[in-house]
Amino acid sequence: MTTPKPLEGIRVIDLCVVWAGPYATMMLGDLGAEVIKPENPFVFQPMTRGAIARPPQILLTNGIAWAGGLPNNVPGERPWDYNPTFVSLYRNKKSFTVDLRRPEGLDILKRLVAESDVVYENNATGTMEGLGITYEWLKEANPRIIFVRVPAYGSDGPYARARALGVHLEAVMGHSLLRGYADADPSSNTAIYSGDYLAGAQGAFAVMTAIWHRDRTGEGQLIEIAQAENAAAMFTQAIMDYSLNGVVQGANGNRDVHGRAPAGVYPTVSPGDASTMDDRWIAISIETDAQWQAFGKAIGSPAWANDPRFATNAGRLEHHDELDGLIGAYTATQDDYELMHRLQAAGVPAAPVLEASRMFDEPHLRARDFFKSQTQPASGTYEYVGPLWKMPATPIEYYQPPVMFGEHNDYVYRELLKVSDEEFEALKAGGHIATEYDPSVP
Amino acid sequence: MQALDNVRVLDLTHHIAGPYATRLFADFGADVIKIERPGGDIARGLPPFQGGIENPERSGTFFYLNCNKRSVVLDLKRPEGIEALAALAKTADVVIESFAPGKLEALGAGYGFFRDINPSLPFISVSNFGQTGPYRDYLLSDLVLYAFAGEMYSMGETDREPVKMAGTAALFESGSAIAVGMMGALFASKRHGIGQHVDISLAETHFGGVDRRHATAIAFQFSGRKTLRLASHGGGMPQGIYPCADGYVDFTNAGLRPDRIAAMLGNAEWLADPRYSDPVQRMNPAVIEDWNGNFIAWCIERTKREIWEAARAAKVMCGPMFTMEDMFTDEAFRARGFWSKTEHTELGEVTIPGRPLRMEKGGWQLRRAAPLLGQHTAEVLGEAGLSPSAITAASGGTA
Repeated sequence: MTTPKPLEGIRVIDLCVVWAGPYATMMLGDLGAEVIKPENPFVFQPMTRGAIARPPQILLTNGIAWAGGLPNNVPGERPWDYNPTFVSLYRNKKSFTVDLRRPEGLDILKRLVAESDVVYENNATGTMEGLGITYEWLKEANPRIIFVRVPAYGSDGPYARARALGVHLEAVMGHSLLRGYADADPSSNTAIYSGDYLAGAQGAFAVMTAIWHRDRTGEGQLIEIAQAENAAAMFTQAIMDYSLNGVVQGANGNRDVHGRAPAGVYPTVSPGDASTMDDRWIAISIETDAQWQAFGKAIGSPAWANDPRFATNAGRLEHHDELDGLIGAYTATQDDYELMHRLQAAGVPAAPVLEASRMFDEPHLRARDFFKSQTQPASGTYEYVGPLWKMPATPIEYYQPPVMFGEHNDYVYRELLKVSDEEFEALKAGGHIATEYDPSVP
Repeated sequence: MQALDNVRVLDLTHHIAGPYATRLFADFGADVIKIERPGGDIARGLPPFQGGIENPERSGTFFYLNCNKRSVVLDLKRPEGIEALAALAKTADVVIESFAPGKLEALGAGYGFFRDINPSLPFISVSNFGQTGPYRDYLLSDLVLYAFAGEMYSMGETDREPVKMAGTAALFESGSAIAVGMMGALFASKRHGIGQHVDISLAETHFGGVDRRHATAIAFQFSGRKTLRLASHGGGMPQGIYPCADGYVDFTNAGLRPDRIAAMLGNAEWLADPRYSDPVQRMNPAVIEDWNGNFIAWCIERTKREIWEAARAAKVMCGPMFTMEDMFTDEAFRARGFWSKTEHTELGEVTIPGRPLRMEKGGWQLRRAAPLLGQHTAEVLGEAGLSPSAITAASGGTA
């Protein structure tokens, strides 16, 4: 008998797009929930299975690697099955196809809702309503359903219908002005999507909290995660500084928000430069006077390390620029990994700024058996990053490789919903059941 | 009722990531008993302090992380402290700790100690690199964590050093992932009677994280391509961050819908340039630059709020770049009930961000301000049946 998984027996319908929603349902799938994604053969959801269904070669080549880096650098037959962000979020999930814009398609969804515990969506505000999917409608199908919605700014108020990705939310929540080089204007920022991490994890947390509540009371419910509001915690120090002191914090580069010095990213010996992504850097944080002393010894006690101006944190903070120059001149002659080990042995937090490809040669990750190999028929066998937690009695397994479009049509229609052969054929003839996007989809 | 008000968390975490995870439990009703060493959680020493006065009860960082919890001081180096811990463990549903790997074990309070008390108790260890492996004893800061395990390499300008996220955002991300793993372990315990020692590595919560890291890794596996460090300005119509009359606005990916951009710009005359609608010309850097010149002229004449309003009306993806002051004074956020207030003995009335999400039943509440150091030592240990003298001994004489 196999050990039950924590969320064994919980079924989640994933009406998610992009990152924040799928990250939540990925965690639920990892914990053993059965996650099922309804997909429409006639509608491509941008930035979920890629930018467009059938990307031309130039789009892949010009795109950033994490978006355009498909297997062997070609679109292949089924580009929607192996987009890098998609495969990263769609392990341990099932996919079936249905056109929710038509009544018979919506009826299929309703039947699935009746057999499920959770419906999770993070579409642009109004999208679900446009299809006729509301909490009231879901409750008709299943009064115990838990419905999670992840709008950008919430379902009410003047911003309710504002279009946004994570990066726009971060602008509004203050992150964009709080990060980046202190001496450059904000347009030097790279667009990132950190808010999706928090919203995704808290969404998974909220689902389990709601299941806990339902186990106690029998009640399902509606959950709204306004992504902007949700992201606020990430900037606690800046928020609290304004709240307590009226201080507006600004960008501080790689320096420590808590004022400990020095902290920075310094050059090391590199096999090449940034244009080929072969530049190497080490991040070093010194948080105490004792660490400063240990750092000095570990780098061979140069005269400047014993300069009394740097003996206290206040002194190091005052002369941070000067220290950055001295440290950088030293690290530029060092190997990043060798220096990490030497500094860590002395009790100083330090590590290379690891370019992603180097993860696969990382001895610590190998020693912990972090990576997991998955074989997807459409793309082949590759090593993927491992799960977020090690749970020895209920191990996180990758029991379903990144799901291919329509891979579970038979399972969902025949086994789960028990549709008759005639109905199955009729739905298939109507284009609901497919294993690839309709040719009309670009 | 609150959803988790039948859950008791024995919380032996400190600093940021662990306490953020247990704050989420506390927010939804769990009785989180925060164990602090006699000197207190090190987060009590983290700025910002109210009025800049460094004091363990005045840290805004500690305050935000520890609302809704009860603080109990235990001296775990004394046998009485360990005995008190055992008494608390008997009533706990989940235990979480973030000591250096092996530290609790050396004090006689490792996983075996808790398993002997309750075999189905989930015991969560949070550490920098995990409980095993060559870097087990290595240290991390938010900067070093994100540099090594997060996708910092590709953030910033190509010819400059990589640059991190703001504040300690990486540690907050880890905290949110910890809360999910902890809840998973709680489900395994309550539904299936399975206790276990869960090993959460802060590094692995980023190596496997959604903020591009998992995708940059598999993209390399797929294609051999690495992700270039590049500021996202330019290269689109529009794309990236633009100056405006009173600051900046972010139009990342907005150019994917030229129809909406045109509507936002009121179908301005300059848009009629045929090069701007030719798919090939639209990829020409000179044409893009030319287009952006016109666009910046439009932006510069407007405030960030005016631009956002126009963008919203045309369904254009856009984010005005707010300062914390902009956020605090924003009427729409306030009207939605984003902010909460609570009274604190030392700080007076404090405003903090409120609910991270809205549950219609059993949801978020701000029940109490962050605890003073050891504020609940006598109360909690008394509930656990300890005598006043045992309480004094367990807390190292602080209660």
